[in-house]
Amino acid sequence: MSQFLKDTIEFVPILLEGAKLTVLVTAGSLFFSTVLGIVWALMRVSKIPALVWFSTTMVNLLRGIPIIVLLFYIYFVMPDFGLSLSALHAAIIGLGVAYSAYQAENFRAGIEAVDRGQVEAAMAMGMSWSLSMRRVVLPQAVRIILPPYGNTMIMMLKDSSQASTITVAELALQGKLIAASNFKNSTVFTLVAIMYLIMCIPLIILVKHLEKRNAQK
Amino acid sequence: MIELNNVHKSFGRNEVLKGVSASIKKGEVVCIIGPSGSGKSTILRCINGLERYNSGEITIDNVVVDNQKKTIGLIRTQVSMVFQKFNLFPHRTALENVIEGPVYVKGEARESAIFRGQELLASVGLAEKEDAYPPQLSGGQQQRVAIARALAMEPKAILFDEPTSALDPELVGEVLSVMRKLAQSGMTMVVVTHEMGFAREVADRVIFIDDGVIVEQGPAESVLNKPQHPRTQDFLRRVLHPI
Repeated sequence: MSQFLKDTIEFVPILLEGAKLTVLVTAGSLFFSTVLGIVWALMRVSKIPALVWFSTTMVNLLRGIPIIVLLFYIYFVMPDFGLSLSALHAAIIGLGVAYSAYQAENFRAGIEAVDRGQVEAAMAMGMSWSLSMRRVVLPQAVRIILPPYGNTMIMMLKDSSQASTITVAELALQGKLIAASNFKNSTVFTLVAIMYLIMCIPLIILVKHLEKRNAQK
Repeated sequence: MIELNNVHKSFGRNEVLKGVSASIKKGEVVCIIGPSGSGKSTILRCINGLERYNSGEITIDNVVVDNQKKTIGLIRTQVSMVFQKFNLFPHRTALENVIEGPVYVKGEARESAIFRGQELLASVGLAEKEDAYPPQLSGGQQQRVAIARALAMEPKAILFDEPTSALDPELVGEVLSVMRKLAQSGMTMVVVTHEMGFAREVADRVIFIDDGVIVEQGPAESVLNKPQHPRTQDFLRRVLHPI
């Protein structure tokens, strides 16, 4: 036990370096996927055939490709076309693009769940499509979207570990490196698991809170 | 002021309006009555471009209503609509609902919009409810807020789409009395309704529509009391003596 504590004290600072990158990758790809997801979703509900077709195709394409393949593509294949990204940037963009498909579906469902009469009332007072989205539909859709959005955050936090496959030294990869150097697999990976859990718990509580708030309405 | 000339409208293969022509003058209160599915609401929704008619022409003060054109925004600020299900914005207070259009569509200064909004809420008897959210209000109160919201646009005319049909019977009166006051103030109103008492008392003219065509129209008195057409007679008998 004392050995475990000693190891913990030794490894945690290194793992914390990894955790920082985990947070960075998660936050970056969360932001990226949210922006891109809103774009796909708005295209989808725009009723302009070309935009609807484009976003539907993109969302289906992205849903059909494993995240890890997308990461390999961006990190290993794009340089052949003259686009070299750092591992961190590639990870953020790859995860962001991959998750934008799921975000888009969530956003679209939220937007479509807003009562049709709301749009009509907005239109009837002379609002343009974009103004009615901004002032009437999106503020109401956010309430519906938030709980699943929180779940997506949790999944992204965990899936950020896939960035390790393209050499981003985030939490999982740091753990793997430590374990490879001293063979203390059980200690290291227990610590890694605990650290992911600690990062997830606030998000889990947040989701629960949001769901409760919606249920009250 | 509002002119409909041989308006046709189909939903898919179902023709809902089969050539409707009507003319509504400034300051006139027109009630449209008829069985459900007859096209009453569709007429209103075509007038402010919520639906696009297939042929014919609707003009408002000589501007053609076409919801594919830029002019539709201006038309909608001039012709307000009150809905059966109120359609208030649930995430905004009563006062915020009322000032939404003036501030964000017409660009009115917030302070003056608030001032007018409070006056309007007072005029529909809801001065003390300005901070209430729609779900906290009764149906009758919500519909009165919706009328204040329509008035806040300072429209030339207001379209009412079965404004009391979603209300509990005891709440109908408070909405109708606000509408009666509005009619007396000279507002141009087109009201789709099943409230024959309101039509008889307030309407300058009643239009009876059935199966997409105007069957009969004229002063409320004559259409409701001495209907000429058998379909009008049949409809009124069923509405006035349901049992």
